[in-house]
Amino acid sequence: MNGFVSFLTSLPSLFQSGVIFGTVILFGALGEILTEKSGNLNLGVPGIMYLGGIAGLASTFYYENLLCHRLNIAPNPVLCIIICLAATFLAAACGGLIYSFLTISLRTNQNVTGLTLTIFGSGIGNFFGGSLNTLAGGVGQVNVKVTSELFRAFSTDLVKTVDGWTAKLGFGLGTMLFSYGFLTYFAILLAIFLWWFFKKTRYGLSLRAVGENTATADAAGINVTKYKYLATCIGAGVSGFGGTYYVMNYIKGTWENQGTIEALGWLAVALVIFATWKPLRAIWGSYLFGMLYWAFFYIGGLTRSSQELFKMLPYVVTIFVLLFVALRKRKEDQPPMSLGLPYFREER
Amino acid sequence: MHISKRDGIATWKAWLIRLIAVLIALVVAGFVIMMVGSMRGVSLNPIKVYMSMADGAFGTSSSWMITKMRSWITIRDCMILTCIAIGLAPAFKMRFWNIGAEGQMLVGAIGAAFCMINLAGKVPTPVLFLCMVVFAILAGAFWGFIPGFFKARWNTNETLFTLMMNYIAIQLTSFCVALWEYPPGSNSVGTINGAGKPNTYIGWIGNLFKKGFDDDYMIVVLIVLFLAALMYIYLRYTKQGYEIAVVGESENTARYSGIRVPYVYMRTMAISGAICGFAGFLAVSAVSRTISIDTAGGRGFTAIIVAWLAKMNPFVMIGISALLTFMSKGAIQIASDFGLNEYVSQIITGIILFFILGCEFFLNYQVHFGKQKQ
Repeated sequence: MNGFVSFLTSLPSLFQSGVIFGTVILFGALGEILTEKSGNLNLGVPGIMYLGGIAGLASTFYYENLLCHRLNIAPNPVLCIIICLAATFLAAACGGLIYSFLTISLRTNQNVTGLTLTIFGSGIGNFFGGSLNTLAGGVGQVNVKVTSELFRAFSTDLVKTVDGWTAKLGFGLGTMLFSYGFLTYFAILLAIFLWWFFKKTRYGLSLRAVGENTATADAAGINVTKYKYLATCIGAGVSGFGGTYYVMNYIKGTWENQGTIEALGWLAVALVIFATWKPLRAIWGSYLFGMLYWAFFYIGGLTRSSQELFKMLPYVVTIFVLLFVALRKRKEDQPPMSLGLPYFREER
Repeated sequence: MHISKRDGIATWKAWLIRLIAVLIALVVAGFVIMMVGSMRGVSLNPIKVYMSMADGAFGTSSSWMITKMRSWITIRDCMILTCIAIGLAPAFKMRFWNIGAEGQMLVGAIGAAFCMINLAGKVPTPVLFLCMVVFAILAGAFWGFIPGFFKARWNTNETLFTLMMNYIAIQLTSFCVALWEYPPGSNSVGTINGAGKPNTYIGWIGNLFKKGFDDDYMIVVLIVLFLAALMYIYLRYTKQGYEIAVVGESENTARYSGIRVPYVYMRTMAISGAICGFAGFLAVSAVSRTISIDTAGGRGFTAIIVAWLAKMNPFVMIGISALLTFMSKGAIQIASDFGLNEYVSQIITGIILFFILGCEFFLNYQVHFGKQKQ
């Protein structure tokens, strides 16, 4: 009982860890939803997140630690963020372009190409990440302090005010809702935008048509190739932000060669299923995954081995969702009909 | 530009295209290495880099002892990769996307390690080996059977299901590592039955017939070659192999011709998982002699690419595995020779695979440039 009470009081802090963890995979999942809506099952998400993360880190490292240091000027905060986000998007979209060119133009198998992209991307990420660590010298770890702090900045006044209002409840609502860096809210906005795009715009409708029944979309005069290319490349760019969020917010502007991004990338693929290809559901789904992942930390009396069992939860839950969706057979919850299938006009 | 499908292609032409693809890939990878080197202020000669790779894989410019050791390790790792790919072959032939080899291999490794830790010294060595193999196979088969069962019963998406099973297996491995950690606090299991411990070398491959352990891995080679031949025959000449092919081509045709499709799904996935589990046994008994989440080390994913590129032909798999193993062993050597880090191997492997995958297009399609003649 005592353990349960202490678990309840630690809920706000669990929620916080859940949001920070969740945003990493939310970006990954949103990009993958956009990609999968075009019928491309890109299993290269982990690799793409690596590409995004390392590009964001390396570009800011060169700007902040080398260029500004050499010219002896203070790094410009706006430039820091623009350089980082632009590099992230470009690098990740390049990963998407490789995948698109191979699967759409050269008609290779999607699963195999995606897995290769994961190998390639994690190679690039860990190689340059490791090299940056060596290059940084000193303690042996690269650190982009200025940019990372910009990414994690939030308004303390707002947090304090709202915390004051809710002080009676016993926990700070302000800390729970407003203590995150700007990308956290950007992810939510992006999810809402994607929902609007899929449901309310003509382009969204066409894109869904391509993913559901490519041949019909083609016959209706939709440029299938263009849609697939754009959705996959932009989707990859979005997934890439997940890598940068991980690097800048989660591990605070450093790099580690532990394969965490890869595990998170697969979790992002899992989240797409959990959210049944719906961007809005991905928002709370990602926070739930984050909380499930960190639950072991807040439940008292766990041995180290049983903690490991607890970390299975997000994956087990995903399998249950997979089963549930298959059992319930609701039309709205199904994957895009031609997901993973190649499309060659002349082979219809 | 105009693209048309080829009716067929001469074998020599097909292999020429593949060879050209690999060569272009090597050149591109060479440029990447040079670029990377110049960034780090090291000037690298690509030819020297590839020579250094050959040294890493086969010890070509080292002493005889090292040549022998490195060559055997390369051959052993190539065979284990092939073994996983052989396991994937029946599933892929059935168009069942088993992305779960990593997990099936890990649970197999857990089974083998469990026997090695708990039974060594208590039962005769042949019985111990039998237990290790049986536990590994059963664990792998079970791990493969689960997604097969759900696909057969409720048509769940197997790609995503098997993917999730990998991570459950990884957490299960972490759980076992925490359970069996030795010495306490080290957060690893340590070498099981290693030198200086009780039951020295028991359960290590080759320990069946002599006191020590093998530093050549002939037995691994023989087992995997035997498996390759068996799988070749199974897929090509048996009734079950035929059923798998029909289910893969068209589920409706299979059902119409009286094949029990759900049963075929479950049986094939159990077989697929069992062989991957066996690869887990090899990874424990012949390679690491311990268990950790790196026991599979991404080989389950690489094997998917191997099996696919080989078009499910076990003997072609050996060749592709050999190429990939050579690359990764070589890259580790480059890393130490030129002061780079070893992840360069993944970059090179990625580039080569992109090219091999892409070149399949030119085997199946013909590209005509210029205006189309009618």
